[in-house]
Amino acid sequence: MSLFRNLIAKISAINSRYREPRIEMSGAVRLSLLVLRVYLLALVALMIYKFVLIVTKG
Amino acid sequence: MNYFAKLYYPLRKAWKALGLYFVIAGPGMVVMVADNDAGGITTYAATGAKYGYHLIWFLLLLVPVAYYVQEMTVRLGAVTKRGHAEAIFDGFGAFWGWFSLLDLMIVDWLTLVTEFIGMTAAFAIFGVSSWLTVLGVILLMAVIVLNGRYWTFEKLALLFCALNLVYIPGAFLVHPSVKDVLHHGLIPNFAGGFNGQLFFFLMANIGTTIAPWMLFFQQSAVVDKGMLEKDIPWGRFDTLLGSIITVIVAVFIVIVTGTVLPGIDIDSAAQAAQELMKTDRYVGTFLAIGLFDAGLLGAICISLASSWAFGEIFGWAHSLNTKIRQAPWFYATYFLMLITAGLVVLIPRAPLVLITLFVQVVAVTLLPAALVFLILLLNDRTTMGARCNTVGENLIGGCIVVSIIILSTLYGVSVLFPNLFQ
Repeated sequence: MSLFRNLIAKISAINSRYREPRIEMSGAVRLSLLVLRVYLLALVALMIYKFVLIVTKG
Repeated sequence: MNYFAKLYYPLRKAWKALGLYFVIAGPGMVVMVADNDAGGITTYAATGAKYGYHLIWFLLLLVPVAYYVQEMTVRLGAVTKRGHAEAIFDGFGAFWGWFSLLDLMIVDWLTLVTEFIGMTAAFAIFGVSSWLTVLGVILLMAVIVLNGRYWTFEKLALLFCALNLVYIPGAFLVHPSVKDVLHHGLIPNFAGGFNGQLFFFLMANIGTTIAPWMLFFQQSAVVDKGMLEKDIPWGRFDTLLGSIITVIVAVFIVIVTGTVLPGIDIDSAAQAAQELMKTDRYVGTFLAIGLFDAGLLGAICISLASSWAFGEIFGWAHSLNTKIRQAPWFYATYFLMLITAGLVVLIPRAPLVLITLFVQVVAVTLLPAALVFLILLLNDRTTMGARCNTVGENLIGGCIVVSIIILSTLYGVSVLFPNLFQ
């Protein structure tokens, strides 16, 4: 239990340490990250679609 | 006599440079040769069997692709003294950091399973049972990393890299026609025309050239080795030499299967080794040994890539220069990955084919992100200073990264929907 609590505390510490991105958020960086998000969402959607296809086709 | 006297100093200088290279050599060579892992060997064996020597020219194009991507990790590691996972957390915040770390863990673990599939299949050819192979591999990998010195690990890994060259004598044993290799292999051509199946093979070859774990491994290895900014030229040379050797090995695998197994559909490197055993026992044995070695090298690097990444983020001691007592979590992560992946292969009727396919799909969720972060971090002048990417490097690196992202994504999609490119 204490191991689990320590892990949660450690993750919280990591989250607060890296809360703010250090790299300067220029237009190019913002655009790159936006495109990356869209790409990943599209990929996840594709995987879900494939999963549904497998399930429905048995 | 005068001629020899004149030759003495350049030779001595070259000898010294070679000695220095052997001190600095390591991360680039190891990561590049380990790139020819069990999955890679399968892809090259299948390519040779399907298209003969016709795609050798395409493999040669992969030298600059692999070099330019991995070279960036050398600079980033040497300048920031941080692994790739920590650099992402620091540069882009906790969201992208966790995404990369957890995705890396999943991809690495699944890839590790495929390495065990390759190793057990390779030794099954010699009648060694799977459980004995898995046990032996885990013990061997324990010996390699538990000596408490990064240097020893690296030199042992380089020894296994040398074993990867076994395909070269193997290719000479099958007596390929040099004229055909040069004529069909070096002149760019698409055998049988450009169709969906050929496109799939091209994508598969690119997909095996750059894997997400390679970026994480090389950057962490550069940091663990203690490379400094002044060592970057040697790191670059090491990476270039590694990328040339890895492609040479790939070319020789293609020559072997292209000569002996033309037109045969190959599903795994173990199947290729078994087919080769029927025609030439020695060549089949070479391919099986090479497959085992490839899986072992891949397994060493992949499990280390994850352990380093977790150590960096959780603040655990994470160096191969430490003993178990000093870095218990680092070694615990390493062995946890290794043992669980090994056990999966031993489960009767485990969906191993599905896992092999799933790796390629999951990898395309991490690879583009890791590559985009790499380019952005290399353009951060505050951190990189004079080692920041130049316009030329951005153009070359950018084109390569965009091409890899497009082709690896199409490859992943084609694995999900196999009829898409037929």
